[in-house]
Amino acid sequence: MGVAASCCGGARSVSVDLNNDASLLIDIPDALCERDKVKFTVHTKTTLSSFQKPDFSVPRQHEDFIWLHDALVETEDYAGLIIPPAPPKPDFESPREKMHKLGEGEATMTKEEYTKMKQELEAEYLAVFKKTVQVHEVFLQRLSSHPILSKDRNFQIFLEYDQDLSVRRKNAKETFGSFFKNMVKSADEVIISGIKEVDDFFEQEKTFLLDYSSKIKDSTARAEKMTRSHKNVADDYIHISATLNSLSVDDNTKVEGRVASDEELKLTELLRYYMLDIQAAKDLLYRRARALADYENSNKALDKARLKSKDITQAEEHQQQCLQKFDKLSESGKRELTSFKGRRVVAFRKNLIEMAELEIKHAKNNMALLQGCIELLKSN
Amino acid sequence: EDSFDMEVAVTNPEKIGKEYIFFFTIFELMFGNHLETTLPMFRNRTFSVWRRFSDFLGLYEKLSVKHSLNGCIIPPPPEKSVVGMTKVKVGKDDSSSADFVERRRAALERYLQRVVCHPSLLQDPDVREFLERDELPRAVGTHTLSGAGFLKMINRASDAVSKMTIKISDSDAWFDNKLQEVESEELQLRKLHAVVDSLVNHRKELCGNTAVFAKSMAMLGNSEDNTALSRALSQLAEVEDKMETLHQEQAASDFFILAELLADYIRLLGAVRGCFEQRMKTWQRWQEAQSTLQKKREVEAKLLWANKPDKLQQAKEEITEWEGKVTQYERDFDRISVTVRKEFLRFEKEKSNDFKSQIVKYLESLLQSQQRHVKFWEAFLPEAKAIA
Repeated sequence: MGVAASCCGGARSVSVDLNNDASLLIDIPDALCERDKVKFTVHTKTTLSSFQKPDFSVPRQHEDFIWLHDALVETEDYAGLIIPPAPPKPDFESPREKMHKLGEGEATMTKEEYTKMKQELEAEYLAVFKKTVQVHEVFLQRLSSHPILSKDRNFQIFLEYDQDLSVRRKNAKETFGSFFKNMVKSADEVIISGIKEVDDFFEQEKTFLLDYSSKIKDSTARAEKMTRSHKNVADDYIHISATLNSLSVDDNTKVEGRVASDEELKLTELLRYYMLDIQAAKDLLYRRARALADYENSNKALDKARLKSKDITQAEEHQQQCLQKFDKLSESGKRELTSFKGRRVVAFRKNLIEMAELEIKHAKNNMALLQGCIELLKSN
Repeated sequence: EDSFDMEVAVTNPEKIGKEYIFFFTIFELMFGNHLETTLPMFRNRTFSVWRRFSDFLGLYEKLSVKHSLNGCIIPPPPEKSVVGMTKVKVGKDDSSSADFVERRRAALERYLQRVVCHPSLLQDPDVREFLERDELPRAVGTHTLSGAGFLKMINRASDAVSKMTIKISDSDAWFDNKLQEVESEELQLRKLHAVVDSLVNHRKELCGNTAVFAKSMAMLGNSEDNTALSRALSQLAEVEDKMETLHQEQAASDFFILAELLADYIRLLGAVRGCFEQRMKTWQRWQEAQSTLQKKREVEAKLLWANKPDKLQQAKEEITEWEGKVTQYERDFDRISVTVRKEFLRFEKEKSNDFKSQIVKYLESLLQSQQRHVKFWEAFLPEAKAIA
């Protein structure tokens, strides 16, 4: 199925204050979906001289975004930064499976019911599509609004290189291997919590992030389950209204359907996004913990060297390096984590307000619809 | 012409020993227009008795024995449920058995309401006895009237008659069409009932998932270190808790208003089909009598030719007997045709009113739910705005 959608601007639901620095503006004005692959058109407008042109676009696939993310994560210099989480892979599994089931069940439904279900599915498909475009766009915009990351060479290549990136991607995969991916995720928690913390700020952050991370993961899963249930209820209403129509009674189907899909976009997405973001913050803590461990090890090595009176200078140098790295990480880490906190609170606020307003709007719409139906039936 | 309205309320299910008894109250309002009557213009009579569930079934059996042959549409009784009753008998006092009792109570109320609204059934002495007598002797043999048993009865009748598809007369096209309508409507209702069932289940699922989500939101709120956001998240958890209550109430509406309505009418349509088939059976009996009469006449002719006077006398007697039967059966058929037609029209009207009022009731429950929805979220909004 070939679907093209233009998603111009629109409210960014999970992040705020992005894309307002005129020196580098990025957006994804449209995207094309062919079978499994989504092709995004990444459009850049810039006043920076580091770019060859002031206004240009390139086609990119999801894998290109992952390459960029991994490249940033692997860069030593960025160890003290929170790398924005990679956008999740476009997942059309759910609407596609439903479409398949619908096709199989076509014979048992009335034409009207089938049409309605098909419409709902197409809307769902479109919603998934819009969502994936949005998360990919937000990823790029977070990079462009970051003082350090926006200057990254790989980022520039991503935006500008007008050939297929897949060649670079293949090379990258070999170099980086799975150095980072291989680290067992559960190991971070042990390492992070095992480190004796010298700094109050980081001590608090560590406690907070570990706890919050598990809670938000739980909430995301629950929210997903809840919105799925809501969707089931909405689907049932479509069947009911179609059958009622053939018995010539009035109906009110769109009612529950809309509530489900909008709730999905607001709350679940917010939680999901911050779940990933918190993971990125935890990764930062992990790297810092590693640096601290390295520093402590270098101290031990220095002591040993002094005892043996061997390679003292080397050991001293190494110890200094470790200390510097650790201090740098701590300094940048503190900055990043503080701004992250602020960002998170603002995003939650915006989202919760929008969600509440949507719920109210929909409920009021439903009420009007229902009142209309009731009056119609009573007057007959 | 006196007109009257009867309203039935079945209330206060009480458990006595191992079974429930139901208390029902009849509100009989009489409006007399008769100038000659000495009755007051408006007389209210209210009386109440208690009955067992098996009493209701017993009433149905008596009525169906007497009236189904006339082509009357007799309201089918509520279903017997082995599972439900076992739970009750065993003394399980959880929410599912409370649901079951409520379901039964509501079903008995609807059943009785339909009986008293039926003009001819109301005249029936058994019905009067049921309504007025202080204590009824226990009904026997009601085990055949379980839901499945009832349907089997109907289906057996229809099997026997389905072989006949002969159109009797022009007016019979009316009966044919109506029967087809009934059959297709029954199919539609079954389909609808299945979907509503699914709706009830999905909504119950949604209930559970919302409750779990609310709890996890509360925990997230506790974890949150920004005070205002933490407060907002806790408030959100409370709103979701309220949503759960709304969903639960809505699921009850879905079931008690919509699903039960459909279940009732699926059974009622079965009863209507039964009437039509009863009419066909009557017609069949008449036709068979005619063919028997014909055979008897042939026998008489043969005997005349064979000259056997004593047998001839018997043959003549039989002919007279069967002529009488043919006349009787033809009259029966005409009578049942009139009754079925009248009953069907009354049924259609009742059905249309019933559906309309129940659907309005359902929509009103949805409306109320949405109103509370608005209230809850409007209360939450300032909390969200207060985040800083």
